[in-house]
Amino acid sequence: MTTTSIPGALAKACRTVRPAGPRDAVAGVVPNWVAAPSGTDEASALLAMAAEHDLAVVPRGSGTRIGWGAPPRRCDLIIDTGRLNQIVEHAAGDLVVRVQAGVTLGQLAGVLATAGQQLALDPPPGLPSGPNGTAAGVAASPAAGAMAGAAGGAAGGAAGGAAAGSPTIGGMLATGTAGPRRLRYGTPRDLVIGITVVRPPGTVAKSGGKVVKNVAGYDLGKLYAGSYGTLGLITEAVFRLHPVPAAVVFVTAGYADTAAASQAVAAAAGTDLAPVAVEIDRPGRDGLVRVGVLLEGDPAGVAERAALLRDVLGAGTAASDGPPPWWGAAQPARLVTGPHGPAEPTVLRISFWAAALPGVLAAIDTAGQEAGLDPAVNGSAAAGVLYAVLDGDADPAAAATFVTRLRDGLDRASLDRALPDRGAGQELAGGEGPPSRASAVVLTAPAAVRGTVDMWGPVPSLSLMRAVKEQFDPGYLMAPGRFAGGL
Amino acid sequence: MTVEAMVPRMTEICGPGGVVSDPAELRTYECDGLTSHRAAPALVVLPETAEQVAAVVTECARAGVPFVARGSGTGLSGGALPRTDGVLIVTSRMRRIIAIDPVSQRAIVEPGVTNLAVSTAARPYGYFYAPDPSSQVICSVGGNVAENSGGAHCLKNGFTVHHVTGLQVVTPAGELTWLGDGTGNAPGYDLVGAFTGSEGTLGIVTKIVVKLTRIPQVITTLLAGFHSTGAGGTAVSAIIGAGILPAAIEMMDALAIEAAEAAVACNYPAGAGAVLVVELDGPEADVRRDVAAVRALCQEAGATEIRAADDPAERAAIWAGRKSAFAAVGRISSAYIVQDGVVPRTALGEVLDKIAALSSESGIRVANVFHAGDGNLHPLVLYDDAVPGEEEAAEKLSGAILDLCIQHGGSITGEHGVGSDKAKYMPKMFSAEDLDTMQLLRCAFDPAGLCNPGKIFPTPRLCGEVPGPRRDVHPAVKAGLAEQF
Repeated sequence: MTTTSIPGALAKACRTVRPAGPRDAVAGVVPNWVAAPSGTDEASALLAMAAEHDLAVVPRGSGTRIGWGAPPRRCDLIIDTGRLNQIVEHAAGDLVVRVQAGVTLGQLAGVLATAGQQLALDPPPGLPSGPNGTAAGVAASPAAGAMAGAAGGAAGGAAGGAAAGSPTIGGMLATGTAGPRRLRYGTPRDLVIGITVVRPPGTVAKSGGKVVKNVAGYDLGKLYAGSYGTLGLITEAVFRLHPVPAAVVFVTAGYADTAAASQAVAAAAGTDLAPVAVEIDRPGRDGLVRVGVLLEGDPAGVAERAALLRDVLGAGTAASDGPPPWWGAAQPARLVTGPHGPAEPTVLRISFWAAALPGVLAAIDTAGQEAGLDPAVNGSAAAGVLYAVLDGDADPAAAATFVTRLRDGLDRASLDRALPDRGAGQELAGGEGPPSRASAVVLTAPAAVRGTVDMWGPVPSLSLMRAVKEQFDPGYLMAPGRFAGGL
Repeated sequence: MTVEAMVPRMTEICGPGGVVSDPAELRTYECDGLTSHRAAPALVVLPETAEQVAAVVTECARAGVPFVARGSGTGLSGGALPRTDGVLIVTSRMRRIIAIDPVSQRAIVEPGVTNLAVSTAARPYGYFYAPDPSSQVICSVGGNVAENSGGAHCLKNGFTVHHVTGLQVVTPAGELTWLGDGTGNAPGYDLVGAFTGSEGTLGIVTKIVVKLTRIPQVITTLLAGFHSTGAGGTAVSAIIGAGILPAAIEMMDALAIEAAEAAVACNYPAGAGAVLVVELDGPEADVRRDVAAVRALCQEAGATEIRAADDPAERAAIWAGRKSAFAAVGRISSAYIVQDGVVPRTALGEVLDKIAALSSESGIRVANVFHAGDGNLHPLVLYDDAVPGEEEAAEKLSGAILDLCIQHGGSITGEHGVGSDKAKYMPKMFSAEDLDTMQLLRCAFDPAGLCNPGKIFPTPRLCGEVPGPRRDVHPAVKAGLAEQF
């Protein structure tokens, strides 16, 4: 086969194909072509063609997180989901929606809001989210929106219909991203109830369906959620929906140190006031540590609960029906374009058992001091997820030191903490729990930093994951090398 | 190696009290909760530790002997149906609650721990374990993981898969490993999510990290009587349409109510054609508002009587009828099939009408008990096993109900699993490509096809088979586990 035959074959498989340009680069790797299939059938033809010609494929939505993950080992073809932009069915009475992968969160939110419903995933702050934006806990800052729009523009280019800047359903699902309300609603894997995928060599497969309760067959939606495009292309998904709450209240407080803030987080999460999110924000090592709690529900009810919560959080609290400006701020889609300056920051997602929060914050401090860096920290503290953000101009060697030291510190912070026994007063050493109880993944970083760090770090049960990859994509055609463990 | 020849080694691993090989004793394991499917295992082992499970599986893998895991044996789809030529690995002796971590909202438990025991252990800290299958007093968490068990309250809180964040498993090759790290956000593929609900076909779970849920401030249970299931269905749609998300919405029809009255004298509204049980939980003010709204919506839909209860004893009285329904049907029928199908909630009325029509056409009675909030039907198909031909007619009707579910865009199982019972229906719901793709996961975990073979999929996929001339007989074919086609 010759290279010249490939454009012809691509054109035969898909009506919308163009040569790729520098702006289509995936973590620095420039592909040859961009194809935008109009449906699952064209996507299938494209993957058949890619398998035949041994083309490596990277799926792309609106591109807000295309920089996430390691650079692909190779990338010949981008499959842009911009034309898969149909909301196929919104069954309002069943609280489910079936959408094509290229539908944006903003587009979907607008449609769902007309029925008083929502897909309970927080879009990154400042991005268009539709009429229920405020209820979704979104800071509608015009400045942030403009920056995000610029990012979307950089990602566009195919005959895509994706609204610039708003992440697509497929992208959210493939990267497994969720915002502050993950505490109550979970992540995309918790909300997806059906999925249609195309895997090499063009096989179309679905699992689940359009009913929330369904245990027929393996749940491939779980496997594809967070798989970074390495198992195939998601073309369609069905989600369970939630009613938009009648009222929301954000209760915020500031603390002098991380120990006090950690106590406040645990206290808020431990109440029976039904917090939907418990967030923490610390712009720098010596700054104030802020804690925010989101309550949803009946207007009188949330007001009553907010008052009780203010007692729990101590002096100096405030309540508001809109989010504080830092709410969900570390979700990297915004940071890519950045409040931290023109350079792309390094963003880590740190996951841990929530009780280890004080130790995790201390580990971040220690690693920062050892590396000579002062990361900003923000995230869903009660759900055990924090983001640490290093400025784009941070020295790559220092950033690498930070990542390494942080991972060591996290291991100590999470494993040294004895797991309480079942109330007998004894403490188990925790040796019977998972051997690792925390992780730090570098979601995105400048090119110079990417070269110096292991972006994914250690991965539990990697050999099983490799076996899964080799069954679903034996030729390593799908986003090769982007994922954990080099998959 | 024959299974009998494995006895000494298995005894070495599990101890003399941990191996059952006497034919009479083996027969006690011949079925799970689905008693219509029976097969006595060649050998039963009762390991007490994860290491013992790993050693047992290693032996099976080495000998090419199929094995099946079993928890409490309460499953309703024959998922734990043994192999006559295989080993049954019973996890009921692994029942330690290893840790409760209330601040992390996590517990670590062994697979034989009963579902309710987790909630009992977490209660002093103000937490509970949310998935609550109706067998929760006896069913095991390991079995819940295998089946992705739900329960009446999963409308609001989700299923087992939403409450499991880490699994220690023995792979079908005998390797002891952890999937996930307990955070729910471990890097890499979500193997915890993929494993949960795989019906024991991907390995055997030996430890489970579960999420704990805060006990709600208040719980209110409403009981509403209606003239018909149609009116009850209207109320359900109105509740959901009003943006209310109850913890549970359950419905029973007249025949199910009659059975429950006979069994537990639950004192449901007299003469009701249907009752709804609606449970609302959460912060007090929110629940108060929702209770008022649900009352009004039920009245609008024609409720004949509405009762509400806040205190545990009164709530339990309301639930007694619902919880007894399956067993109670035994009082009005000598035999019955418990069906488990799902339809979109909005199709409930239409599907119930069609079930009624099928019932009157065939002369086979159907009692309906269902999770109305999520469209999960449990039609109880009643027949007399002493009358020749009735069982077949009941099975036919039961199958026709599943066809109805599929036609309405639903599922052949909402919570009982596919198991041995429904593998034959899978091609009605999924294409060959769908099933083939699912089985890629099976091939990744269990290429030899020894782990709970014959469940879920009507036709096993031969792992690693590539198109082109066949080179050798596949190991699964050689082992008699699959047919070449």
